[in-house]
Amino acid sequence: MSKVNWPLWEVFVRGKAGLSHKHVGSVHAADAEMAIANARDLYTRRSEGVSLWVVPASAIVASDPADKDSLFEPADDKVYRHPTFYDIPDEVGHM
Amino acid sequence: MSQTVADPAGAPVSLEQRFQDWIDAERKIEPRDWMPDAYRRTLIRQISQHAHSEIIGMQPEGNWITRAPSLRRKVALIAKVQDEAGHGLYLYSAAETLGASRDDMVADLLTGKAKYSSIFNYATPTWADIGAIGWLVDGAAICNQVPLCRTSYGPYARAMVRVCKEESFHQRQGYEIMMVLAQGTPEQKQMAQDALNRWWFPSLLMFGPPDDQSPNSAQSMKWKIKRHSNDELRQRFVDMTVPQAEFLGLTIPDPDLKWNDERGHYDFGDLPWEEFYAVLKGHGPCNRQRMAFRNKTFSDGAWVREAAAAYAGKQKARQAAAVQAA
Ligand SMILES: [Fe+2]
Ligand SMILES: [Fe+2]
Ligand SMILES: [Fe+2]
Repeated sequence: MSKVNWPLWEVFVRGKAGLSHKHVGSVHAADAEMAIANARDLYTRRSEGVSLWVVPASAIVASDPADKDSLFEPADDKVYRHPTFYDIPDEVGHM
Repeated sequence: MSQTVADPAGAPVSLEQRFQDWIDAERKIEPRDWMPDAYRRTLIRQISQHAHSEIIGMQPEGNWITRAPSLRRKVALIAKVQDEAGHGLYLYSAAETLGASRDDMVADLLTGKAKYSSIFNYATPTWADIGAIGWLVDGAAICNQVPLCRTSYGPYARAMVRVCKEESFHQRQGYEIMMVLAQGTPEQKQMAQDALNRWWFPSLLMFGPPDDQSPNSAQSMKWKIKRHSNDELRQRFVDMTVPQAEFLGLTIPDPDLKWNDERGHYDFGDLPWEEFYAVLKGHGPCNRQRMAFRNKTFSDGAWVREAAAAYAGKQKARQAAAVQAA
């Protein structure tokens, strides 16, 4: 069986103007142009988007799940970053 | 395998236990999270088999695209078959997040090493079969797939959400075909009845072996890959479909089918399990034809894949040369 390893591209779709691009899945394609064409056929058959990004999957740098605690836990005890940490009397009204 | 980590109180807990606790708390597993090898293998097998089913599933209906009775039916059928290709690709994409290679999955389908749903090994001799497939086969698929939108593996669940959104159109276009035939001439109504006769039991077999003969189900339920048993989903499908057949004025070909007031469900007769296992082993009406066609299509397309790869390589080399010259 002939194997032609077309690279993998991650696909991001902007649903409509005003929204950011969101990851929806991936496609295989020989080059960027074909990746856009394939992503369009696969992920926007029902007007799901107005703009596409395709990114070579190999170009994505991800944080290591094993580092989840050291990366994200420090934010858990910083309650003073949230508005509810501060006592404002009701008389002041909505703030 | 006694790899351990600490629980919040500092006590050691195995990775397996922490994984199971996470799942029990209805949380999702994402691609790079730790998971037991068997969980990964089970998912790769299930997702790739599901993908293969969507791909092979294009054939019985593709058979009628050139002969659809009107332009309206034809555009709908083309769109449906294209959706099935899309479902296959969403699913291959989800399986790849687990480390499976697309080329290997495709190769396993082409060599017959991998299975696909037996339902697609049945023939579609009449136009009414296209109605029956949409109504019954896509209907059964919906019963199976709606709970998979909440499966524990994130990329699989997300792919299933997309699939389910599209399946509803498939079932409705099929039911509409059946409705028009059932309200047509006596010959048309008979054609619809004949299709129902042939597709009813194979559709019930789609849910897989009875619970007491489905050895891997318990583990899949524990991992929340599967959320309902085969028999439970089959019953749900029967209960939903009987009134739809009544509305059409068609008769479900099962003399033992009747409402059971006590259970609040329809009872139905024994299913043809010998047939199920025979088709699974390759002895269905169209197994050989489906595989031969898939293999032919794949080799016919080889030059396109090779040409596109060669073109991409040339463009890349040209760009690199331009950068160097500048
Ligand atoms: Fe599908
Ligand atoms: Fe499906
Ligand atoms: Fe479908």
